[in-house]
Amino acid sequence: MSAPAHAAEPTFGRPGSLARAGLALGALALLVGAGVGLGDSAGEETRFRLSAVAADVQLGEIAVPVGVCAWVCAAIIALVGVRAVTAPTLPRSAVAVAVLAATIAFLCWAAAGKTLNLAGLTNATVTGSLPLVLGALAGVLCERSGVINIAIEGQFLLGAFTASTAASLAGVWVGLAAGSLAGGVVGAVLAVMAIRYLADQVIVGVVLNLVILGLTGFLFNRIVVPNQVALGSPPGLPSLNLPGLSELPVIGPALFDQSIMLAIAVALVVGVHLTLRRTRWGLRTLAVGENPEAAQSAGVSVRGVRYRNVIVGGMIAGLGGVYLTIGSVGAFGPNISSGKGFIALAALIFGRWMPLPALVAALLFGFADAVQSTLSIVGTPIPTELLQMFPYLVTILAVAGLVGHVRPPAADGKPFIRA
Amino acid sequence: MSRAAARPMRVGATGLRSAGDGVVTLLAVVLAFAVGALVIAVSDDAVLESWGDVASNPLGAIEETVATVADAYWALLKGAILDPDGGSLQAVLSPLSETVVTATPLMLSGLAVTLAFRAGLFNIGGQGQAVVGAAGAAFVGFHFNLAPGVHLAAALAAGIVAGGIWGAVPGWLKGRTGAHEVITTIMLNYVATILIVYLLTHEIFRREGRADAISPLVRPDARLPELLGGDLRLHAGLFVALAAAAGVGWLLSRTTAGFELRATGLNLRAAQTAGIRPARVYVSAMAMSGGLAGLAGATQMLGTDFTLTPGVAGGLGFAGISVALLGRATVGGTVAASFLFGGLQAGGIQMQASTGTPVDLVTIIQGLIVLFIAAPLLVRSVFRLRTADGPPVAASTARGWS
Repeated sequence: MSAPAHAAEPTFGRPGSLARAGLALGALALLVGAGVGLGDSAGEETRFRLSAVAADVQLGEIAVPVGVCAWVCAAIIALVGVRAVTAPTLPRSAVAVAVLAATIAFLCWAAAGKTLNLAGLTNATVTGSLPLVLGALAGVLCERSGVINIAIEGQFLLGAFTASTAASLAGVWVGLAAGSLAGGVVGAVLAVMAIRYLADQVIVGVVLNLVILGLTGFLFNRIVVPNQVALGSPPGLPSLNLPGLSELPVIGPALFDQSIMLAIAVALVVGVHLTLRRTRWGLRTLAVGENPEAAQSAGVSVRGVRYRNVIVGGMIAGLGGVYLTIGSVGAFGPNISSGKGFIALAALIFGRWMPLPALVAALLFGFADAVQSTLSIVGTPIPTELLQMFPYLVTILAVAGLVGHVRPPAADGKPFIRA
Repeated sequence: MSRAAARPMRVGATGLRSAGDGVVTLLAVVLAFAVGALVIAVSDDAVLESWGDVASNPLGAIEETVATVADAYWALLKGAILDPDGGSLQAVLSPLSETVVTATPLMLSGLAVTLAFRAGLFNIGGQGQAVVGAAGAAFVGFHFNLAPGVHLAAALAAGIVAGGIWGAVPGWLKGRTGAHEVITTIMLNYVATILIVYLLTHEIFRREGRADAISPLVRPDARLPELLGGDLRLHAGLFVALAAAAGVGWLLSRTTAGFELRATGLNLRAAQTAGIRPARVYVSAMAMSGGLAGLAGATQMLGTDFTLTPGVAGGLGFAGISVALLGRATVGGTVAASFLFGGLQAGGIQMQASTGTPVDLVTIIQGLIVLFIAAPLLVRSVFRLRTADGPPVAASTARGWS
């Protein structure tokens, strides 16, 4: 426990070299400026539609010439690059601005000559991020107390299956509660394995995912498929429509006419944030995750805190599963989570194991997914399959490139043996 | 780090002999089948009905339960080893042949995970590596027309190279930026699957006269020769896999590279102090691991599939993780475990066909076996074994996020 864990992390060359960052930004500016600004589509226009198709007040569209957009964005990126080379430090916000400029230029180019519905894009971002936020929150609770949770994917899957089946049987609110509980049960298994039986947490998580993938597939084929009407046709959760606000352009439908799960997720993000910073439970959680021996000396029950956090975290991840079925598409299908649990895990790491940054990370990944789905509907020069890779590649890039060396809670993944 | 510290210390083993790893492994398998029996029973309508009138007919309920479970497991066993009612010798031997055919790629993808484990890396990307390996082997197999022996060798090599590159990337990212391989390899699994769908939209990968996503058939020269002929699919891939196992064993125990790899896995800081550069070890270990997974995909392609489809090498990667964990990240253990899981999978298909029990049961049992093996203390407490070993913390194969 003497030196921080990342001190031993190997690197090839000088870490975080700003000269290299400047070079990379320069190359990006060149790519955007020359590639898009001088490309075939430079003379065309991309139209951004501000209001939802069904909105009462239509604001019309903004037409942006692709060439102009590309040059402006390239200039912004180049400025950030110059800043990287000349200034002693490069703040994250500057990098964010450059990435945003590159994204806008990309959207202009990809949708040249077409219309992009911004309200649709934000809506897809929010719906795509919702499960990721809940999964990442679950991870925050577990890992801040020192238990690695790779089983988010499994918690999604069992939560989704249970919610769909229970809602078909007994109504949508029972489905919500049952789905959350199912996630909690997976959390409890993980907790017992990790805390009581001192098993390797990464392995237990991966294997739980495997077992749950098999279990939900088994039960789906054996029980749900033969009784499709009784077990496989759940009602959907209601949406929450705030009159007036939901008419706002761009963000209205996404935020104020959205599944009730959005309200639950926002409440949970704020709740976990405040819990970790302001409550006895939260402070104990942080202490147990950083230095369990010290926490125990101070009279904190290390195992107790860990059990509670892993189980509550599992219940939150279960809600993510609830959203995947009765919160959005309805009925369960095998492997409906399709890796979202792992992207939530990446959001957790990208968000440095804290709730608010994890929310931002989840929105980023949700946006990557929304760009992918929106562009494949609009039709672009890029093949659909390459677009589908986009969210996964963004995740790799985020974890590898933008995060740099993050520091997990010091005792994350280490079993605690009472002295 | 001394040998004793790398393994759990054996203390207090006086009087009764303590139950070793082997016993725990065996009991983990037994426990997994017991839970599997429970899953079969509670998901069976007839069994549930019989328990509905348990008050009037208690023996009937128990009989029904035992019969249902026994039927399923008997079908599984017959499908895995020998079919005594098969008639001809070929039909009797067919399950055994299928078991070995299924075990062959599992052995290779298991070795991939084992090798990475020994370097302290958790390669969950065997799936993606096997998929690109299968694609590489298929492409060389159907696109080119080479001399008989050369063609097969080239196709296998293409699988190794493709998988190796797919594996080296997460290794490089980890060494360069510290990005955890669990996340990058999983993301690359999805990218690989989408990549195959993309490739299959191209003319060069399309089979003539077919509208669906399917490649031409691998030419006969590039196929792994059948060993028994007839309807039995047993092919020479078995020897490829066994040779790879011997190679990995030799690498780990007899070479400098293997020593550096193990040293990095056992104690990163000690290895660094000794002048080993972990970033290089990560790249080479992941490249070799990916190459083995790619070879797994290639043997499946050139031994049984012969054509590239979007579902190629399905489940190979994750089964490989289970195989490596069951084999406790040793070469011999992995080889043995691959035959057990090969038998389970081959038998599971027969079980589904003859009793209607979904083949997903096999996934559950495999996962449970590994889950129980990961928690030896749980197995010991279930079977009331003496806990002679210290806490298994030191035996931990994967590390946290650092």
